Amino acid sequence: MIRFESVQKRYPGGTVAVEDFSCTIPSHTATVLVGSSGSGKTTLLRMINRMVDPSAGRVLIDDQDVATTDKVALRRSIGYVMQASGLLPHRTVQDNVATVPMLTGTPKREARAAALDLLETVGLDRGLATRYPSQLSGGQQQRVGVARALASDPNILLMDEPFGAVDPIVRGELQTELLRLQSELGKTIVFVTHDIDEAFLIGDQVVILRPGGEVAQAGTAEEILAAPADDFVERFIGADRGRRALRLEERDGTRIVVDGTGRAAGVLQAAEGDPAVPDGPAKDRA
Amino acid sequence: MNQLLAALDWLLDPARYSGPGGIPMRLAEHLGYTALGVVLAAVVAIPLGLLVGHTGRGRGLAVAASGAARALPTLGLVTLFALLVGIGLLAPTLAFVILAIPSLLAGAYSACEAVDPRTVDAARAQGMTEMQVLTRVELPLGMPLVITGIRAATLQVISTAMLAAYVGNGGLGRFIFLGLKTQDYPQMLAGSLLVIALALVLDGALLLVQALTRPRGAVPAG
Repeated sequence: MIRFESVQKRYPGGTVAVEDFSCTIPSHTATVLVGSSGSGKTTLLRMINRMVDPSAGRVLIDDQDVATTDKVALRRSIGYVMQASGLLPHRTVQDNVATVPMLTGTPKREARAAALDLLETVGLDRGLATRYPSQLSGGQQQRVGVARALASDPNILLMDEPFGAVDPIVRGELQTELLRLQSELGKTIVFVTHDIDEAFLIGDQVVILRPGGEVAQAGTAEEILAAPADDFVERFIGADRGRRALRLEERDGTRIVVDGTGRAAGVLQAAEGDPAVPDGPAKDRA
Repeated sequence: MNQLLAALDWLLDPARYSGPGGIPMRLAEHLGYTALGVVLAAVVAIPLGLLVGHTGRGRGLAVAASGAARALPTLGLVTLFALLVGIGLLAPTLAFVILAIPSLLAGAYSACEAVDPRTVDAARAQGMTEMQVLTRVELPLGMPLVITGIRAATLQVISTAMLAAYVGNGGLGRFIFLGLKTQDYPQMLAGSLLVIALALVLDGALLLVQALTRPRGAVPAG
């Protein structure tokens, strides 16, 4: 469990990135911090592995204040995936994945063998092991980034807009892959994005942030969609433009789900083992 | 043209290739002075430059000091040091070290600065210590720039190392100053040609080292 207690980040010169943030992130679930630029979401994420130290307040991992831990050891025990994969350009894919195990003293041969397995885990061909990052596509680089973050088998995985720089199709693939991985591994994931759809897709818990790290609303996707806390949240999730108000229409004999503007959003299908389609609220993530 | 032919003639005289005052001996001395100057300067300047580049602290000072040191007249420096510490190898060596430091310093700090800050950030976030960030990320990626600094420093010292002879030492400068004193211009010219040839050969060798140390997989940075 990760707990933020009245955390503040003030930079010399007076810029305040985070005013006063408190939040609990349960273990083995995915929590998404979502907000526009200036919401302090990346700053908050980086406080967990002490890439940023708060000016006031505490961050606790399993009730231990991270400020009392050794920075280097802490970072090695937490997986970190960033937007621009951040791979070492002069090392092969395999050595990049083996970075942390080799830092912590795992024999080279062993770390490299484990790296090969990890490539498969994240859906990459083992044949890519000897390539250099510059020889991979953006999506492949991000997968290597995820493999590297998993290499030390950390409990916590920090992901800073990991799929922000790839095209929408690849992003969709990577998101699906992450959900599959998470269902197998059950890590405590803290994920930062500015894309609300991605937040609802990935997050067991979604925390919507206003500028300055103020929590606008926290809850599951269902809770937020069903009852947006205020105008800001409504605007942020697109409810004010009718994007989330879905209804059924019959067109050419097919039941189509359309949004508030009348734009087709999908096709309604019978749920498994449920012959009659219930008239409950259609879920956006279907 | 006659002078040049005479210089070549001088160079081709087999008698000049033996004994303590022969060309091989003077070449070796010249190389020795250069190596001494560059190595001593590197021991000081490269760690300092890496520290400046890695931390970003003291950069303004490093740039200013490099600029000032470049502007120093080397002959004046050699003479000054010779007056202070006497005739011998110490005075010119000190001057060569001062001459070599700016290029080495600039090469070392720009090596760190040329590395993508996101790569450095990621390395740190994976749990590398500052020393590991420097030795496993910044140094290997910036190595071509460090070698560029070494090349520039070597070239400057090798072409200035003839001043060692000005204060009673050996090296290829002996031919130049002897020729000057006795108005033996072919000898003077031959000495200069040898310095030029040595500089070109050494620069080529360092260029090769630079190509060999270029990080694999990386997009060329320098």
